Amino acid sequence: MKTRIVEVRQGILKKNDALARALRNRFAMTRTYVVSFVSSPGAGKTALLEATLRAAQPRFRVGALVGDLATANDAARLSRSGAPVRQITTGTVCHLEAQMVGSALDAWDPGPLDLLCIENVGNLVCPSGYDLGEDLRVVLFSVTEGEDKPLKYPPIFNTADLALISKIDLAEAAGFDRETAYASLYRIRPGLPVLEVSARTGEGFAAWMTLLEEHVNRKRGEGGGRLN
Amino acid sequence: MHELSIACDLIECVREEAARRGIEQIVAVHMRLGAFSGVVKEALLFSFDVAAHGTLLEGARLVIEDVPLVVHCRRCRAEHVLAPILDLRCPGCGSATAEVVRGNELELVAVEVPDEDAHR
Repeated sequence: MKTRIVEVRQGILKKNDALARALRNRFAMTRTYVVSFVSSPGAGKTALLEATLRAAQPRFRVGALVGDLATANDAARLSRSGAPVRQITTGTVCHLEAQMVGSALDAWDPGPLDLLCIENVGNLVCPSGYDLGEDLRVVLFSVTEGEDKPLKYPPIFNTADLALISKIDLAEAAGFDRETAYASLYRIRPGLPVLEVSARTGEGFAAWMTLLEEHVNRKRGEGGGRLN
Repeated sequence: MHELSIACDLIECVREEAARRGIEQIVAVHMRLGAFSGVVKEALLFSFDVAAHGTLLEGARLVIEDVPLVVHCRRCRAEHVLAPILDLRCPGCGSATAEVVRGNELELVAVEVPDEDAHR
């Protein structure tokens, strides 16, 4: 059969990109600073988020969207912080998409927020191509996971704005090789800002909160609030 | 394994274009896939066949053009292909670079349709 080529050049994720732009406009209007968290399952996203919501609440209006395949356990855990939390159950989908964030926001009224945290499904592969309209993408990487994790999952580490090395209180017990871990991170994303934190002991948490506070205040257009 | 989502998005893009242009039969879909897109080619090919089932695209071929990871080095002021991807580092001078020029592509390029003019 003779055929002809019809050029239709376009990005396959253009719908997600358009929805993410709409979300970004929406967050600009409400001056809500949005942080998304990605990591492998069990790196400590929920623990970090719970501590972050607690620490941020006295000064800022905070809320969280949390993505999971099946359960609402994480939302229940995060609700203990007292902040408004909404679960996004993705079913069989292994990542969050802008449309899921939009729908969740449409069906939820947490009131005006200064800071919205979005916890992605635990997965270091699939979330990397999906813009959620966030201001900051944070990748967590725990000391128990192996120092070469960034080399195994280059796109997610390359597209992150900040890396948090979590469970740092376990570094010694896990035989964590700091030098190798940083070298792996910088091989994939030269110049990536990195912080070391422990949600359990609070180690490194002040630096993380200070960074967040600066970003939130910048978006609010004032220098008033302090997180801790 | 998000290749099925990607395949569904791809098929949706093609169906929209086909409807807009009055295309009724599609022989092949051509796309570009970046080495740094996080999408596995084999899984995408498999997912495409599954997702195309029962649509206008059933039986159509998916033709994938691989796009290598290309970074820009500020020091050399040059672009370099990185293969394999182990370091985001200029293979020329060795300096670190996070500037990805190409390699993130997930792009629908063209659809191949029967050439009706050939029958006239």
